[in-house]
Amino acid sequence: MLKLLKYALYDILKSRFAMIYTLFMILVAVSIYQVSDDLSKVSLSLMNIMIMIVPLISAVFATTHFYNNLEFIELMLAQPVKRSHVFLSQLLAVILMLSLSILIGFGLPMLLWGADSSLITLLGVGVILSAVFAGFAFLASVLTRDKAKAIGISLGLWIYFSLVYDGFVLYLIYSFADYPLDKVTLGLVMLNPVDLGRILMLMQLDISALMGYTGAFFKQFFNSGLGMLIIFISLSVWLVVPVWLSGWIFGKKDF
Amino acid sequence: MISVKNLSKRFGKLQVLKDFNLEFKLGNSYALMGPNGSGKTTMIKTILGMVMPDSGEILVKSQSIKGSHSYRQDIGYMPQIGRYPSNIKIGQLFSMMKDMRPEIKNYDLDLVDAFELDQMNDKAMGTLSGGTRQKVSAALAFLFSPDILILDEPTAGLDPIAVEILKAKINKERVAGKLILITSHIMSDLEELTNQAVYIFDGEVFFNDTIESLKEMTGEDRFSPAIAKLMQWTLKKKATNPKMSHVETT
Repeated sequence: MLKLLKYALYDILKSRFAMIYTLFMILVAVSIYQVSDDLSKVSLSLMNIMIMIVPLISAVFATTHFYNNLEFIELMLAQPVKRSHVFLSQLLAVILMLSLSILIGFGLPMLLWGADSSLITLLGVGVILSAVFAGFAFLASVLTRDKAKAIGISLGLWIYFSLVYDGFVLYLIYSFADYPLDKVTLGLVMLNPVDLGRILMLMQLDISALMGYTGAFFKQFFNSGLGMLIIFISLSVWLVVPVWLSGWIFGKKDF
Repeated sequence: MISVKNLSKRFGKLQVLKDFNLEFKLGNSYALMGPNGSGKTTMIKTILGMVMPDSGEILVKSQSIKGSHSYRQDIGYMPQIGRYPSNIKIGQLFSMMKDMRPEIKNYDLDLVDAFELDQMNDKAMGTLSGGTRQKVSAALAFLFSPDILILDEPTAGLDPIAVEILKAKINKERVAGKLILITSHIMSDLEELTNQAVYIFDGEVFFNDTIESLKEMTGEDRFSPAIAKLMQWTLKKKATNPKMSHVETT
């Protein structure tokens, strides 16, 4: 397993994409640090960019990487190694590379110009979102033999969780504005990993006061130990279920 | 050594292998023949665990291969089309494959030397010609001196010198008592390299015996016409069992 991971990582870290992605992250972080001295403003701006960009890059890159590495996967399958290890090493390599890019890209400027707890949370959320969307991408990749279709599915999932889902929630809140919706919204947030990441971030900032009663309720809920546990569990479910499912399909796939 | 029992596999609507039974014994060299799309490569890939059968089982060294991976240690596989990561270098590829089988310390470098592959260690796999890539595949299949050699169209794409080197190497391993499985459409190669003939047609084993008995059965004294006759019989068999359902139903 470690050997397979070593070779997968060796291949992926050398790629031009890893360099470009890291440079891009550094560029974004540096430019936002230049604009404002207020750390909470910096972290809010970085969050808004990250929550859109990271899932998108993660989904598209992981899908293309899977298809570009089919040769390697086929080669390994004829060797005395476990199928599940071949799969997990590829996935782990992608997640590690995406996480490293975020940690270096956002982390270096933070080391230079300082960071607070919200910025540290931002790094964590970035890593989690990369992993979740890499899982989605691998699921899309094992479901179809067609690269274009798999990228389509991955992009579809990104659009759904980043754009469509929020529209749906907003519509629901406006339609039922007369009813107490705090618990329902809380439940709806659990059904979207991107929203979970966003809420985790917002709760670190003081702007939750702007969200009125629901904001106060959220703050109270997520600051409690139980709230954190529930976020942690639902994010784990979002990570583990697609990975497990895709690993299961990969185990039965013909090459 | 390898037993294939009641193996069935379908890809979508196409039934590639139908209740397939075969036995490969150590010390023999098998010629796996059949028209394009008859299921040769599918069967090989099933033995390697790359294709999952719908039903039936495969035993290698009398152990079921299902859920196992260590049995692949004893198999050297040369694919029909060697597909390798394009940015990996030849030297890295070899050290990686050695790394995958850490217990084996003695490498069989006959083909690496004969094909002069060690002089191209720094060349990336993506820049190689099809023939050179075949040479790499062949060298890798023999590298760990496995008991079982599975060669899927080994001579396709190789230049005449390389073909002779590879054939000499296969015969050397044959004498050493290895189990060798070769698919090819080049009859003269098969005649030189094998003593057992397996003819697959439409996902079923049509013929499975020694080459001598094949010649006897067909009444031909040379291999190539004997196979041609066998192919004609399969076609006749197909013609005598026509699907006439459209006549009956109308």
